Amino acid sequence: MDGKRKKLTFALLNNTPVLLFAFLFIVFGFVAPQSLRYQNIENVFKQASYVGIIAVGMTFVLLTGGIDLSVGSNMYVSAVVAGLAMQRYSIGPWPALFLCLMVGAMFGAVNAFAVAKLKIIPFVVTLAMMVTGRGIGLMFSKSHAVSFPDSVTGLGSADLFGLIPYPIVLFAMVVFCAWILLERTTLGRQIYAVGFNKEAARKAGINTDRALITAYILCGVFASLGGFISVAQLGNVNAGFGKGDEFDAIAAAVLGGVSLFGGVGKVFPGVVLGAVFIQTVSNSLVSARVDLYLHPLIAAGFIFFAVFIDSLRSTYLAKLSRRNIRVEE
Amino acid sequence: MAECALKIRDISKSFFGIQALREVNLDVREGQTLGLIGENGAGKSTLMNILGGVIALDGGAIRLFGDKYYPACPADATRAGIAFIHQELNLFGNLSIADNLFIDRFPQFRRSPLIDKRSTYNQADVLLSSVDLRLPPQTPVELLTPGEKQLVEIAKAMRRESRIIIFDEPTTSLTAAERSRLFAIIKKLQDQGQTIIYISHTLEDVLRVSDTIAVLRDGCLVSAGPRDEYSVNKMISDMVGRKIEQMYPTRDTCLEAKPLLEVQSLTQPGIVRDITFQLHKKEVLGIFGLMGSGRSELVRIIFGLDPFSAGKIRLNTVNIPKPSPALNIRHALAFVTENRREEGLLMEASVMENLNLLTLGKCSKLGPMGLIDRMKTTKCTQQMSKQLNIKSGPIQKHQAKNLSGGNQQKVVLGKWLLTDPVVLILDEPTRGIDVGAKVEIYRIINQLAEKGTGILYISSELDELMGMCDRILVMSNGRLKAEFQRDDYDQEAILQAAFSASN
Repeated sequence: MDGKRKKLTFALLNNTPVLLFAFLFIVFGFVAPQSLRYQNIENVFKQASYVGIIAVGMTFVLLTGGIDLSVGSNMYVSAVVAGLAMQRYSIGPWPALFLCLMVGAMFGAVNAFAVAKLKIIPFVVTLAMMVTGRGIGLMFSKSHAVSFPDSVTGLGSADLFGLIPYPIVLFAMVVFCAWILLERTTLGRQIYAVGFNKEAARKAGINTDRALITAYILCGVFASLGGFISVAQLGNVNAGFGKGDEFDAIAAAVLGGVSLFGGVGKVFPGVVLGAVFIQTVSNSLVSARVDLYLHPLIAAGFIFFAVFIDSLRSTYLAKLSRRNIRVEE
Repeated sequence: MAECALKIRDISKSFFGIQALREVNLDVREGQTLGLIGENGAGKSTLMNILGGVIALDGGAIRLFGDKYYPACPADATRAGIAFIHQELNLFGNLSIADNLFIDRFPQFRRSPLIDKRSTYNQADVLLSSVDLRLPPQTPVELLTPGEKQLVEIAKAMRRESRIIIFDEPTTSLTAAERSRLFAIIKKLQDQGQTIIYISHTLEDVLRVSDTIAVLRDGCLVSAGPRDEYSVNKMISDMVGRKIEQMYPTRDTCLEAKPLLEVQSLTQPGIVRDITFQLHKKEVLGIFGLMGSGRSELVRIIFGLDPFSAGKIRLNTVNIPKPSPALNIRHALAFVTENRREEGLLMEASVMENLNLLTLGKCSKLGPMGLIDRMKTTKCTQQMSKQLNIKSGPIQKHQAKNLSGGNQQKVVLGKWLLTDPVVLILDEPTRGIDVGAKVEIYRIINQLAEKGTGILYISSELDELMGMCDRILVMSNGRLKAEFQRDDYDQEAILQAAFSASN
């Protein structure tokens, strides 16, 4: 009867990231045309890459229907450990990166164990890990800033073949790997299934624990990688490093169309757009010379809007799938 | 003679002392279709849950194609080659048809973990065409109709080369066209030598598809044999069988003409259609129907838990245009829900907290601030607990979860009785409770009716309704199909009306 309207609603709800992005471009194109220059766009991507990588990791966890609040602390611990190892034992940048990722993976593994095996709700587990992680990091650093050697910070500002900045290259690689894993492997498809209905997934013979554990460990690894890249750009790790980044990552994923209820969302283009979106908002606010104190309010407004659309979509889908006893003909 | 696909020997199962299955023996021969029937609560679901690895059996043995079969979890059943086509389908709406078909094992490129998309889609296409579903395998499952989803489930069972496919009430949510398509597919499966167990309340369908028929009643197998020995009438009488015991206390009330609850042309598309009835003062009005007939949904709508699109509800001569639980409770409507554990009780809270949940604000105000008068609430609840003979420790401390089923139900009832209801809706008030507690609850209901309360009584147990009610309405497919006065109660006629095929 109103099939056309239904289809349109569906299309709107399923393509919110692209639509929001287009909207944003148009608005800022008018308000601050200088923000659309090539140099500026490259900057946005470069700055978005570390949040983007963390958001990709977050996406795995969100797809299972969980959440990871501990990524900010994870970034801090793994960067501190890597930085101190380089300072005290003068290991090279690549072993340091490897060490950093290992710490991130272990961090994720603790979350994974508590969620999958101890069956504690992800929110509580990762909230506790957020505090614990920050504590461990401060224990190592004694709350002093840990600076990274030039060999690392050089990488942060270098370009591959003198063309593309390394952070963007890494971001692209992470997105590609995540895309392959989620779209083209059995495990990836099973992560979606677990997020949609864990009980049904178990009945279908899926190893649900394996899916959960993979998601949390990958989230940990990507968080530490994102942290490393961020430090490579900043130069040092201060005591507040990573604080608040978990919310940027979650916001980027949700803006990219990942549902907080699990099972829905795509890394590409969704989450990539989400991460760039957030960065675009903050960069454009700067170029449009908006009062600095208004930035958080405006950014929050955008995020609220995106989450609101997510909840609209969920209720709409729930209405669609509501079980009818009798189908009228 | 064909080999035995499934051999069930002396299977028993009890839940908290209630025997759900009693030494059931059942054989299914390879390549044949067994039709399994029985009233709600006869033990069909228990039997299927045992086969599916959802619950463990207490005693007995199962052999699957000659091998011992003890599934510990649903995945074991799947691996052993048993596939269920449920009413509630286990599909992932967020994924495509192809993903759903291959979710536990995708075709992969050789020696790589990568999914071979093309081969996945090709194989999915073959499977879909074998169940006569002409849709691209990339289609998201959430866009399919219930009938199409069911076909995807069947395709999934075929992909796993399941040795036994169990259809559990497959036709309830299907349109007539989808139904005949389903039967065509089942026919095709039978021709290929597929072993099938078909469970349904639609007896005509069971007769149509089965080779042999087995009837369960009260956890026992009461009859089994080839289809030719059965007719719909024989099936019904086998299912009902038992004699009515003298457990329903007699009540001498003459109804008063005053209607307490009037429902007029109540309609909600897909749920209930054009429901009209009146409940009078001092009346116990029964509603009978099979699961999925819309009886529980109807009372949820009346109580304001679910919306309705057309119709009128009048409560005690007051129009209720927009019912909500809070508004209805103010108009002295009470609703004992079907599921006391999830909807009726705060399981962790004490008996007293449960009892005074609804009346905390009303009957116990102390001083100008309206503080809770502990003395008075304690007195009220203790009185109710005594009146209903609730067996528990000190009611201030004893947690609801530690009570027996019967006492839990009495707490739910007591909670509502404290509100002095004018109309009381009971949805399956005696499900899963022992006989003693049942009789006590019947007694309470009678006392209420004598005092003038109108009672709307829903139950799947026909005996109970015939024993308790002044009048019985029969629902099927969301409509009222028939009405019986106490004098013309006829078990078979009521069942006929409830089983009457849809459309």
